Amino acid sequence: MKGYKIIVLAKQVPDTRNVGKDAMKADGTVNRAVLPAIFNPEDLNALEQALSIKDRNPGSTITVVTMGPSRAADVIREAMFRGADDGVLISDRAFAGSDTLATSYTISLALKKLMPFDIVICGRQAIDGDTAQVGPQVAEKLGIAQVTYAEDVIAVTDTDVQIKRRLERGIEIVSAPKPVLITVHSSAPDCRVRNTKLTMKYKHAKTASELQASNEDYESIQKARPYLLINEWSVANLDAEPMKLGLNGSPTKVKAIQNVVLTAKDTVALTSSDGDIDTLMLELIDNHTIG
Amino acid sequence: MNSVFVYCEIEDGIVADVSLELLTKGKKLATQIGGKLEAIAIGSGLDKIGAIVYPYGVDVLHVADDKRLFPFTTVPHAKIVAELFKAEKPEIALFGATSIGRDLAPRVASTLQCGLTADCTSLEIGDHVEPKDKKEYKGLLYQIRPAFGGNIIATIVNPETRPQMATVREGVMKKEILDEKYKGVQKNIDIAGILVDVDFAVKVIERHIEKSKVNIKGAAIVVCGGYGVGSKENFKFLYELAEVLGGEVGGSRAAVDAGYCEHERQIGQTGVTVRPKLYIACGISGAVQHTAGMAESSMVISINTDPKAPINTIADYTITGEINEVIPKMIKYYKKNSK
Repeated sequence: MKGYKIIVLAKQVPDTRNVGKDAMKADGTVNRAVLPAIFNPEDLNALEQALSIKDRNPGSTITVVTMGPSRAADVIREAMFRGADDGVLISDRAFAGSDTLATSYTISLALKKLMPFDIVICGRQAIDGDTAQVGPQVAEKLGIAQVTYAEDVIAVTDTDVQIKRRLERGIEIVSAPKPVLITVHSSAPDCRVRNTKLTMKYKHAKTASELQASNEDYESIQKARPYLLINEWSVANLDAEPMKLGLNGSPTKVKAIQNVVLTAKDTVALTSSDGDIDTLMLELIDNHTIG
Repeated sequence: MNSVFVYCEIEDGIVADVSLELLTKGKKLATQIGGKLEAIAIGSGLDKIGAIVYPYGVDVLHVADDKRLFPFTTVPHAKIVAELFKAEKPEIALFGATSIGRDLAPRVASTLQCGLTADCTSLEIGDHVEPKDKKEYKGLLYQIRPAFGGNIIATIVNPETRPQMATVREGVMKKEILDEKYKGVQKNIDIAGILVDVDFAVKVIERHIEKSKVNIKGAAIVVCGGYGVGSKENFKFLYELAEVLGGEVGGSRAAVDAGYCEHERQIGQTGVTVRPKLYIACGISGAVQHTAGMAESSMVISINTDPKAPINTIADYTITGEINEVIPKMIKYYKKNSK
């Protein structure tokens, strides 16, 4: 049975969701060191959709593409542990400072090298920026259809994909011609956990630069098992116009960064005693806040 | 052309609140840069849109009216907007940070190679000197938004590319009619010259529009629970208090993620922004991504076991104690003291 070629776009992000007190340094800047690097949550929802399509269509393959520093290969391994077939790390200093436009340009160049594919699927947005822009912009650069806010990829045929979308006030079911780029909403099912066999199989999957940095002899292991090599593409592997990359290719500029400090004002401190709460409620009624 | 363009979201002949809020803000920005406010209406059956939007100070309304343009699909709307921007060269273009605006605006920005800033919480006009080449820019749009999970507030500018594009969430800007008698002119867009059949390849098969059940945005009193509430069961105290006081229940992202309450109740950067008369924060630590969505509340009461919780610094009253002890007492003494 002929399967489909699916690309999952994933991002490694700092875990900004439950930022504790130690996340801010004394000087008011973000202490990135204490925030663990994680698989962007909605990208995991997207991976699950891809795995589910693969389950239903035997012979399908899943390639994970991520852009980031060397350690971002972690998300490719994590995806392999859960059922992805291979991955590409796009990594180069030339990409530093990319805004969403430069990022989507870079990713679209990598995807052009992976053509033809049936489906590109990614999270709706990443929690470090919450912009939701890269998905639609990659679709535009590839000139393909996009379907955002997906909750379920209902069916895939040789020509079309049927998708359920989760919108503010309801749902929508659309059909889109392939190839299509889909962004997945957090209301979609959670990703399955790691598969033990796959975790053993891909434990030593590494990029070329990780191999270089490592003292151990993974090279001979990889020669025997070529699936353990994670592709790593730099700017040299992409047919890029330098002016569209990194800071140069980013029309948005950060003018100022203000660390958020909650402003102090006069606060009345109360206890949970009956007297305190009685007084409070009376005060709120008297000044027409409630009642 | 110094125009400010606003893309209007339209359903059943009704212009979405977020679009009217953007028109209100857009008019102020247009006045500051000495330009016009122009609105874009794309859809089907748009005869009455002018009458709705002109009072917000719309000088020009661009209309693309065709059966195939409703319901919204990305490519036709994006191509129309991109062609319009190429022809009219706006200074600024604003979109709602909704499932439509956040789908459409990035596609348009990519076509035009323009900068786009998502989910702005404030828009201002100001000057800018590019640090690299000391080039000076007058009257740029400052696009101000929380970033990095709300721990920083970034001011973004697009010095070189036009339009300067931004999306803004519903409820962030105020909606205000400028002049009931204000009259603009309508310009119709010839879509035959822009769209081809293949642009309509994505088909909407089915839609269930469900009115959202909860209305925390419009509530005068919001009782909001955080992770510190501890369980879904403990949230019932919040519902009881909200019912007695005539308010609504909200949740922080952590509480929603933990399954304590529904997603539609989420307050904060990625949820709804509220400005109630009274905000009662229960077991909320006060991460900035949360306070971004409630900081404009007129009065804040924080109930927390930790007297040093960050939210207490913006609270008018802090009550140190357990939710399941404090809330029943609040209900008891509210009933006792109210007439």
